[in-house]
Amino acid sequence: MAVKAAATAWRRTLPETTRLSVRKTYKLFIGGKFPRSESGRTYLVDGDNVALASRKDARDAVVAARKAQPGWAGATAYNRGQVLYRIAEMLEARREEFIARGVSEPEVNAAVDRWVWYAGWSDKIAQVHGSVNPVAGPYFNISAPEPTGVVAVVAPESFLGLVSVIAPAIVTSNTVVVLTGLPQAAITLAEVIATSDVPAGVINILTGDAAGNAPWLASHDDVNALDLTGVTNPELATELERGAAGSLKRVLRPPAEGIDSAAEPGLQPMTALLETKTVWHPKGF
Amino acid sequence: MTATTTSRHDLRSLLHGLPGVDKVGVEARAAALGTRSVKSTAKAAAIDLAIRMVDLTTLEGADTPGKVRALSAKALRPDPADASCPPVAAVCVYPAMVPVAAQVLAGSGVHLASVATAFPSGQAPLEVKLADTRGAVAAGADEIDMVISRGAFLAGRYDLVFDEIVAVKQACGDAHLKVILETGELATYDNVRRASWLAMLAGADFIKTSTGKVPLAATLPVTLVMLEAVRDFRARTGRQVGVKPAGGIKTTKDAIKYLVLINETAGDDWLHPDWFRFGASSLLNDLLMQRTKLTTGHYAGPDYFTLD
Repeated sequence: MAVKAAATAWRRTLPETTRLSVRKTYKLFIGGKFPRSESGRTYLVDGDNVALASRKDARDAVVAARKAQPGWAGATAYNRGQVLYRIAEMLEARREEFIARGVSEPEVNAAVDRWVWYAGWSDKIAQVHGSVNPVAGPYFNISAPEPTGVVAVVAPESFLGLVSVIAPAIVTSNTVVVLTGLPQAAITLAEVIATSDVPAGVINILTGDAAGNAPWLASHDDVNALDLTGVTNPELATELERGAAGSLKRVLRPPAEGIDSAAEPGLQPMTALLETKTVWHPKGF
Repeated sequence: MTATTTSRHDLRSLLHGLPGVDKVGVEARAAALGTRSVKSTAKAAAIDLAIRMVDLTTLEGADTPGKVRALSAKALRPDPADASCPPVAAVCVYPAMVPVAAQVLAGSGVHLASVATAFPSGQAPLEVKLADTRGAVAAGADEIDMVISRGAFLAGRYDLVFDEIVAVKQACGDAHLKVILETGELATYDNVRRASWLAMLAGADFIKTSTGKVPLAATLPVTLVMLEAVRDFRARTGRQVGVKPAGGIKTTKDAIKYLVLINETAGDDWLHPDWFRFGASSLLNDLLMQRTKLTTGHYAGPDYFTLD
């Protein structure tokens, strides 16, 4: 034993010093990557450096979302459900990170459960929301829901609220560009999403200046729907609705008293982002 | 240094006497110029200039008369919603589609370009290439895009390439001749510089980077080398030759980088549709979307523009 100790005595042991902290910059989430803002701007949130999204980041996010949409809608409902469930799995494994960022434990639990709940809807929504219609003629008449396309979302400033606007939009085969004022939790969620087999561009998250960037998304010709759930200023909401009118966007405006994220969401958040396609198919041939 | 320099050895010593291209330097220079920021009114002017420089191209086996007619109509009036949008420089089609495009473009001032000489490979006998060229000119094309024989060039037979360009130039008559170097197959920047000089000595009115049919098409550094070549050629001979990058230029951002490159390399004499063209198809829609963004103040979407 003594021989061995002598033989290894030349090895240096690490000095007992305090480690330098590894500081983290919270960057945007666009097209499956974590870029800094195109503008190079950042802002401080609770001592953390956070990328401050510009309107050009919003534009890039729309391009990424548009590119991803046909592939996501083309995946089977079963596959989409698996991906959403995978998000729940990864979120479950990283609960502590969210709690460390100030999200309460019950809220993290509720968020995980909400992902699981929506994951289950992926292959059921078409059955509940679609229909076979009786018609006076020799036809099968079938109404089937289809995704609206690219959805711009102003997310509420709670973690459960954030999950509750993203999940219904993507389970219905839309792709989203999310503006959030809850940067650390949202980008940590993006890290969960990035490791959950969600195709690049299906979910894009922009941090900072939601009020400044929302009008650009509202008036953007290549955005198909606008979810104003997180807009608390009624004047801004009206301005955004006016901007959206130019390209006939579908607009979700929450009731004035707000939405209780903790309550069971029901089908409305999903059906609001679906279009109905009705097919007349001749029978008897 | 004249167009009579046809002997194999003269050509060889001339082309190999050109200074070599600093690969790292030219790539760094092109990348640096690509970071220039062009905003507001300058951007609006750049977009309109870029639209006026577009050779709106369709070179598919699946081209139909209907598609070529639609493309030609778009060339005349790229943005039907905005009369202030200028027409493009030219429409570029296969020889068989020239009569169709000629009907639409007649008297409009928009040029009609046709690829010829066994595009895109150039691997056909000279008589076939000349017949191809004459046919396209007779059908109404006033610009001919020829391909050089890369095989002969890479084998060092500069005289063959030279004679071929001279012969095609003759077959063109009054039509402008653009010579496609297919830089993606030339392997080195030195070869690009040599091929540029070879084409210009043989009488090319334009030198063009690519057919768009090989994976490596127009790049900024290659265009930079070609712009240097036309600049130096004019300084030596007094004759101005145009440049046309083609293939892979899809966005307004890309197009503006090329405009910066022209201004900083060849000078603003080349900032005109007579001396610089973009061979492109999808670029036009992006230019129109950016133009709409500037005029309306909101971002435009592809749903509002024609596919072809």
